[in-house]
Amino acid sequence: MKIKVWGCRGSLPSPGPENNKYGGNTSCVSVTKQDTLIILDGGSGIQRLGKVITPEIKELHVLLTHLHIDHTMGLGFFQPMYNPNIQVHLWGPSTTIEPLLHRLRRYFSPPLFPVRLNELPKHPIIHEVGNSEFSIGDLQIKSTYICHPGPTLGYRITDGNAVFAYMPDHEPALGSAHFPSDLEWTSGVEIAENADLLFHDGQYTAEEYKTKIGWGHSSINDAIAFGEACKVKKLAVFHHDPLNCDDRLEEIYEEGITQTKPNYSVIICKEGEEFDLG
Amino acid sequence: MATQPIELILGRQFIDSLSMPVFLVNPEGTLIFYNEPAELILGIRFGETGSMTVEEWSTIFKPTDADGNPLSPDELPLVQTLTHHKPAQGAFYIHNLQGERHLIHVTAIPIEGRPKRFLGAMALFWNSNFS
Repeated sequence: MKIKVWGCRGSLPSPGPENNKYGGNTSCVSVTKQDTLIILDGGSGIQRLGKVITPEIKELHVLLTHLHIDHTMGLGFFQPMYNPNIQVHLWGPSTTIEPLLHRLRRYFSPPLFPVRLNELPKHPIIHEVGNSEFSIGDLQIKSTYICHPGPTLGYRITDGNAVFAYMPDHEPALGSAHFPSDLEWTSGVEIAENADLLFHDGQYTAEEYKTKIGWGHSSINDAIAFGEACKVKKLAVFHHDPLNCDDRLEEIYEEGITQTKPNYSVIICKEGEEFDLG
Repeated sequence: MATQPIELILGRQFIDSLSMPVFLVNPEGTLIFYNEPAELILGIRFGETGSMTVEEWSTIFKPTDADGNPLSPDELPLVQTLTHHKPAQGAFYIHNLQGERHLIHVTAIPIEGRPKRFLGAMALFWNSNFS
């Protein structure tokens, strides 16, 4: 499977020359294998992705981790939603009371957006998932609820022996006993364990995190510790703070690496970057 | 490895920060965590026991009525909650591993995760000897 980053910024799109290197679009990642196209989250990055969908694609799957606005704001500007020749599937977290369709309609309705879901030329097919396992094409997907305010899923995508794990918004240190040493009691382990590639929230420095506990995001240090405990091969730090420019991202990355000395590959996730997991 | 559902992970974190005794059990009745105040009731530390099956912890936690007659599991609020998935409340005496007798009041509540998954129960104790 091939993975491409269309947006890795957190919370708010942050365009501008100071962010050219790592990008300003919010969460969106494509995963492709032959004719199968999976899109993780519908942040502002999905708009650019929508412009390069080839005519051969007749069906695609958008897997939403959760419905915070930075993960859904691009859906209304995603051209395949308006193409009657493409069937869009929207997957997202199930809750106890309100169906996913109703929660999506809050975005696809005035005053937030002028076009309603039922006005699209082809209504998306809605799939609710929780702690679930399912397949799309040849790719196997596992989802579990993870630690972040509101119903939020992490996704684990397996292609043969290759595993890609995606948790853009995740605060494993909050709910864990003795983080990160007791994996049975750590959120998200089943998604990340032994992954070849993990995209994980690392919005804050360790110092910043002290005043943001419970906001649903991680420090770079905790992201590195989590990846190491889960024995992942490569971590791409994701969900960059919209206030941080390229230079600042590199500064706090260096600080995190110096403080934690990871024994595996850790990089800063970059918009436009591609990974081939074979 | 199998990790606990996020609802139980957060539940453990919550009760770990309380000064009132609380048990956390899974749907099978396995005592998967008890906090420091609950250690005083059981007379043994969680670090020493780890999780315990219902057969194990019920031998430590010997419930009786006021006259010292043993109570059947069905009479315990926590077992009622696990069986019926509803809150339950009651009071009884226990003898712990230290040989101490405590009158305790128990409120047990079911834990239902999204979307309506029964994940176990939490039992909150009010220890009349300590209060």
